[in-house]
Amino acid sequence: MRKGYSWDNVLFAASFFLLAAGLYLVFMWVPTSATSLEGIAQRIFYFHVPLWWVAFLGYLVTFVGSVTYLAKGTDKWDNLAFCAAEIGSVFVTIGLVTGVIWAKPAWDIWWTWDPRLTTALVLWFIYIGYFLVRAYAPPSQARNFASVISIIGTLDSFIVFMAIRWWRTQHPAPLIGTEGGLDPSMLFTFLFNLAAFTVFFILLMRVRTTLKATQDEVIRLSQRDD
Amino acid sequence: MVKGQNNKILTLVGKDVLTEARTRDVLTTVFIFALLTVLVFSFAMEPKAETTVMVAPGMLWVAFTFAGVLGFARSFIQEKEHACLDGLMLCPVEREALYWGKLIGNLIFMLVVEAIILPVFFILLNLPFSFLPGVALIVLLTTLGFVSVGTLFSAMAVNTRARDIMLPILFLPVVVPILIAAVQSTGGILKGSDWNEMLSWVEMILAFDVIFMVVSSFLFRFVVEG
Repeated sequence: MRKGYSWDNVLFAASFFLLAAGLYLVFMWVPTSATSLEGIAQRIFYFHVPLWWVAFLGYLVTFVGSVTYLAKGTDKWDNLAFCAAEIGSVFVTIGLVTGVIWAKPAWDIWWTWDPRLTTALVLWFIYIGYFLVRAYAPPSQARNFASVISIIGTLDSFIVFMAIRWWRTQHPAPLIGTEGGLDPSMLFTFLFNLAAFTVFFILLMRVRTTLKATQDEVIRLSQRDD
Repeated sequence: MVKGQNNKILTLVGKDVLTEARTRDVLTTVFIFALLTVLVFSFAMEPKAETTVMVAPGMLWVAFTFAGVLGFARSFIQEKEHACLDGLMLCPVEREALYWGKLIGNLIFMLVVEAIILPVFFILLNLPFSFLPGVALIVLLTTLGFVSVGTLFSAMAVNTRARDIMLPILFLPVVVPILIAAVQSTGGILKGSDWNEMLSWVEMILAFDVIFMVVSSFLFRFVVEG
C-alpha cells in the first residue's frame, strides 16, 4: 500500500464532514444578513470567498513551484506547480460563476469591469495559456514554458489590478475587521467554510500530485520499452 | 553592459534588419494587416465627427495589438523555418544578448509600421495633427512593453504545435494592463486633456515596460534552452 494513503483517508473524511457541516451552517443555521440588499443570495458569499481563497492559494503554490523549478530544475516542483494550477483554475472558474450569480441580485448586472473581476478573468485566461502550452510544447520544453508563463502571469496580475483600480471599481470592499461589518454567527460560518475549503484543497493537492507522479511513472516506463 | 555584448546585440539586430530589408516579409504583411484592421473597424464602428474621439483610441490599439501579434510571430517563424534559431543557440552569445537583439529588431519593425499607420489613421479619422506628437510618444512607450513580452512569448509559441494561435492566447491577456493605459492616455490626448491627468497612465506604461523587459530578458534562457 502506498505510503501516506491513510492520511488521504483522514483528509477525505475531514473534507467530507467539514463541507457537509458548512452546508448546514450556511443554509440552516446562519441568519440572512439584514443589511444586504440582495437577500438570500447573500449566502453565496460563504462559498464565494473561500472558493477564491483556495483559487489564490493554488496560484500562489503554482508561482512558488514555478520559480523553484526554474531555479533547481527538479520535476517535482513543476508537478506541484501544475497540480496547484489545475485546482486553482477549477476554483477560479467556479468563483467566476458564483460571482456572476451573486452580482445579478446584488448589483443588478451580471458582470462589470471591476479590478477584482477583471484581474480574475485575466488570470483565468493566462492559466488557460499555461495549460495549452503544456499540451502543445515539445515534452522537453513544456515545463520551462509553463513556469515562465506562471511567473509572467503572477507579475502581470498585480499590474492588471492597479490598472483597473484606476480605471473603475465596483466590487464590495472587504467587510471583515471593519466595525459592525459581520454578525458573530456569520463570521463563524464564514471562517468555518474557509477552513473546510482549505482542508479540501490540501486533499485535492495530495490526490492530484499522487496521480501526476503515477502518470509520469507510466510515461517513463512506456518509453523505456521502446 | 560590456562593450562586447553591445556589439553582439547590434550584430543580431543587423542580421534581422538585413533579412527584413531583403525579404520585407514582416513589414509589408504587418503594415497591410494593421491598415485593414483600421478599415474594418471604420465600417464596424461608423465613427462620426462626434464619436470619433471615443472610438479612435480603441481602434488604434486593437490594430497595433493584432499587428504586433502578427509581426512577433513572423520574426521567430523565420528563425525556426531555416533552423536559424539552432544556429543562434550555437553562437557564443549570452541568452540575454539574444533576447535584446530580437527585442530591438521587433521594436524597429513595429515602430516603422506604426510610423506609417499613425498619420494614415489621423487622416482617415480626420483627427487634428497637433495631437500626433503626444500620441506618437504613447505609441513608442507602449510598443516597448508589447515587444518585451511579445519577444519572449513568440520564442515560446514558435516551438509549440498550433503556434499561430498560441502567441495571441499567451500575449493578449498579459498586455491587458498596458493596453488599458495606452487607450486611456491616447483618449486623453485626443480629448485635449492636461498631461498631468494622464501621468498615472504613462507611469503605468513605463512600469510595465521596465518590469517585463527585465523579467523577460532573464526568463528568455529558459524558453530557448531545453
